Amino acid sequence: MPQLGADMSAGILTRWRKQVGDVVHRGDIIAEVETEKGNIDVEVFSTGTIEKFLVDQGQRVPVGTVLAWIREEGEPPQAATRAAAMPEAARPAAPAPPAAAPTAVPRQAARAVSIERLPISPSARRLARELGVDATTVTGTGHGGAITREDIERAAAEALARPTAAAPGLAAPAEDRSARIRQTIAAAMSRSKREIPHYYLSTTIDMHRALEWLDQENARRPVAERILYGALVLKAVALALREVPELNATWEEGRVVLKKNIHIGVAIALRQGGLVAPALHDTDQLTVGELMTRLRDLVNRTRSGSLRSSELSDPTITVTSLGEQGVESVYGVIYPPQVAMVGVGKIVERPWCVDGQVVPRRVVTATLSADHRVSDGHRGGLFLAALDRRLQEPDQL
Amino acid sequence: MNSEELRTVVLRVLGQIAPEADPAAIKPDVNLREQLDIDSMDFLNFLIALDKELHIDIPERDYGHLTTLDACVGYLMARRPGQ
Repeated sequence: MPQLGADMSAGILTRWRKQVGDVVHRGDIIAEVETEKGNIDVEVFSTGTIEKFLVDQGQRVPVGTVLAWIREEGEPPQAATRAAAMPEAARPAAPAPPAAAPTAVPRQAARAVSIERLPISPSARRLARELGVDATTVTGTGHGGAITREDIERAAAEALARPTAAAPGLAAPAEDRSARIRQTIAAAMSRSKREIPHYYLSTTIDMHRALEWLDQENARRPVAERILYGALVLKAVALALREVPELNATWEEGRVVLKKNIHIGVAIALRQGGLVAPALHDTDQLTVGELMTRLRDLVNRTRSGSLRSSELSDPTITVTSLGEQGVESVYGVIYPPQVAMVGVGKIVERPWCVDGQVVPRRVVTATLSADHRVSDGHRGGLFLAALDRRLQEPDQL
Repeated sequence: MNSEELRTVVLRVLGQIAPEADPAAIKPDVNLREQLDIDSMDFLNFLIALDKELHIDIPERDYGHLTTLDACVGYLMARRPGQ
């Protein structure tokens, strides 16, 4: 079960799209998974023959659970060390034994000890009480098996993800789901604010040239090929990231991991509530026209619940815009393990100084929320300056 | 195609964009984007679908004429092929 977002702890395997014995290639869709963000197509990350499914349709399993075995060419059948239909990043460090039950990476059995005698930090113990988690049933992943705050948050999210028996006073199923989504988001955002030392920068960008270029470009395009200004901004962000690559990175296990590819996560509001930020892969490599086509497809598939797993696991940075809601400046909360988020506000007309004259200009406020462990204000400022510069040359995007 | 038929087409297309909306509850003289929580991508999809159904390409400079259901129908009536 892949990790399809920092706040995901489990998913339901709703349907196998292949059968045992089928040959699959890297990138093929092998299953559909239901998460809080909707139904996601899970891709295979190896080429071979499906040997065995380890999870039944309809079964809910934690992130990291081995879903299936794929025998690569040249390997003997029933190889004990074959990883399954999981992305490399989600594979457990230790190989799963062939007769392993479909559970996550081997866990310690629940210990029948009181919470006072558990290896658990005081803040994790407090959090367990706040979230109603029985810490004696939680497996610790900290040093020496200590229970961390993350372990408690994960246990709380898993408990919410499990169907509960009907009881007096419980909300109706739709409200339960909505409450679960909110609590999952709450846990992820709380973790982000707690662990990531955010700093914030903003700049106001003259959009005159970009919007004039866009008007001329769209006047000659049929409606199905027209470009929204958001596509221009995304391309400009992608090119600016080439100049400040430390913002296109993740923070993993206490160190920064720079990413070679630029996959911008686009924050997309769902019509039924909630937010998803799937990746536009290789954003810097696309022409503006290609980017707009991909963006339109991504938004439509997000809202119809047809995303691919790589689109949820691959973003290297996120761009969010609340301009259409009338917001002029948005300072986002970084999605861990990313290290930055770009915010774009509403285009407004303001007095602007051009060649010594005050003229009305359409401008937009762009913001950067960044992880101070990875970058500092100087580099963040260089990024915003690069973004501004790119938007002054829209024909070069 | 008369205005009622055109209105039906517009409502059908809006239903594809905002499937949770009740077509009977859409107020004809209230801003569509606010009523249905439609963003710029939804609006573009709306225009693309109208073009596909009615073969009417709406230039960007005219987007401001399509604010309400009544305004959409009136605009499209005047630009039906053959008019």
